[in-house]
Amino acid sequence: MIAKLRSAYGSGIEPLTYLGQNYMVVDRSLIPDLLRILRDEEQFDYCVDITAVHYPKREKQFDVIWILYSFPRNERIRVKTLIGESESLPSSVPIWATANWLEREVFDMFGIKFDGHPDLKRILLPDGWKGFPLRKDYGILQQDNEWVQINLGIESGQ
Amino acid sequence: MTDPNTLSPLDLDTPDKTFLDANELVINMGPQHPATHGVLRVILRLDGEKVLGLECVIGYLHRGVEKIAENRTYTMFNPYVDRMDYVAAVSNGLGYCEAVEKLLNVEAPPRAQYIRVILTELNRMASHQLWLGTHALDIGAITPLFYTFRDREEILKIFEKYCGARLTTHAFRIGGLQYEAYDGFEKDVRNFVSFVKPKIDEYEELLTTNRIWLERTKGVGVISGKDAIALGVTGPVLRASGVKWDIRKALPYANYKNFDFEIPTGANGDTYDRYIVRMVEMRQSLRIIEQAVEGIPEGPIMAKVPKVMKPPVGEIYHSIEAPKGELGYFIVSDGSTQPYRIRVRPPSFVNLQALDVMCRGQLVADVIAVIGTLDIVLGEVDR
Repeated sequence: MIAKLRSAYGSGIEPLTYLGQNYMVVDRSLIPDLLRILRDEEQFDYCVDITAVHYPKREKQFDVIWILYSFPRNERIRVKTLIGESESLPSSVPIWATANWLEREVFDMFGIKFDGHPDLKRILLPDGWKGFPLRKDYGILQQDNEWVQINLGIESGQ
Repeated sequence: MTDPNTLSPLDLDTPDKTFLDANELVINMGPQHPATHGVLRVILRLDGEKVLGLECVIGYLHRGVEKIAENRTYTMFNPYVDRMDYVAAVSNGLGYCEAVEKLLNVEAPPRAQYIRVILTELNRMASHQLWLGTHALDIGAITPLFYTFRDREEILKIFEKYCGARLTTHAFRIGGLQYEAYDGFEKDVRNFVSFVKPKIDEYEELLTTNRIWLERTKGVGVISGKDAIALGVTGPVLRASGVKWDIRKALPYANYKNFDFEIPTGANGDTYDRYIVRMVEMRQSLRIIEQAVEGIPEGPIMAKVPKVMKPPVGEIYHSIEAPKGELGYFIVSDGSTQPYRIRVRPPSFVNLQALDVMCRGQLVADVIAVIGTLDIVLGEVDR
């Protein structure tokens, strides 16, 4: 599969294995075409999860990860791409409907935007909240005090 | 929709402008509603009694578990996972411990594996019993709740005797178990199995052929296998739609490959099929427990794990078949004592997304049935 994908996309795909789990690091420009091909031609019909990791010291600060599973092949694979703080990604909602809430959560926690998402807004935190909690520069005790004071009528949620 | 406040109260000559004659009605359900099993708010768009669409508002129980994980060591985070799906804490712990074990490249000893399977399957049973009691109660059958809670108590007693806690058990440790099975553990488990077998028949007697139950569940909240896969729905909900997929069989973990059990599936993907699937799952859990309790090997219960855990740099995704569906942990290690990132893939969160699709075209009363049949736990949805 990887050989086929590499011949189509060249060096934009780097296949890796760690502890028996396969994943590939791909260029941001290959998203979402590659994801669509994985679903349509390689039968990865189930998008298990979409998530991100923040590396503040890197130039491209975020890893965005799609965990995919194929029912016919009984195989799991992860697709990872690196993006900078100001970059956005094309939404994969047209490919897997489940991406809707998963992308909203990534947006909520990391502030990564997905272009073409039908309703990209916060999901776990309230709408007016400031900041993205799972970024590394967001402290564990930090909170949007202004929001708490206005909406809950208390000095602090701590 | 016209704002009712702007209309004059006596403006009865223009019926299409008044509130009551509006074709579409938007109503709010929750967050404090007994049938939402926690704090879930649902905004329903209705045409008369028919649901045109709905939107879920979640996050009321958000505690930032993933953020907490980044500030704790691997061992310290272990009790936190119990607080996500608090009715199936043992399953959460199994998934987490196995994920970290994979990252550390160690394996729990066989004796620990057997005890883990017994406790996890007991927990699946307890989770399904709680689901059945509350789901039936939502639909209007009060008796099953008393039956299931009476029998679930016996499972909680075993947990309490084993590790001192009934719900948030923290039963497993990374590398194996903290506690050896207590004296009489096997006897208790065997007694429980023979005690509960006829009880499942009792539940079925109350519901399976009950006419009201059939009317309220047959053809309600239908989701096709194709839609379920596209929406990432897993667990009994997926199986009731005819997709024969269970992680215990597809990608075996712990020592499930040593046990003989069946994966039940449904044909119609409706609320009734999901009920039947879960009933069969309870019986299959008992089958696994019976096999496991006969074969517990002697030996150590803890693998050699360093006191200070520093997994090598790398990423791992590990998932298990929790009572609600695929529960996954994606862990990134930077080589230090604390995880760089832990992502929990919660089955309830993803399954809840299907609520909109399953409720469209149904009646308002069926929304309650569908929320119940999805078997969500808000502690896990919001994390």
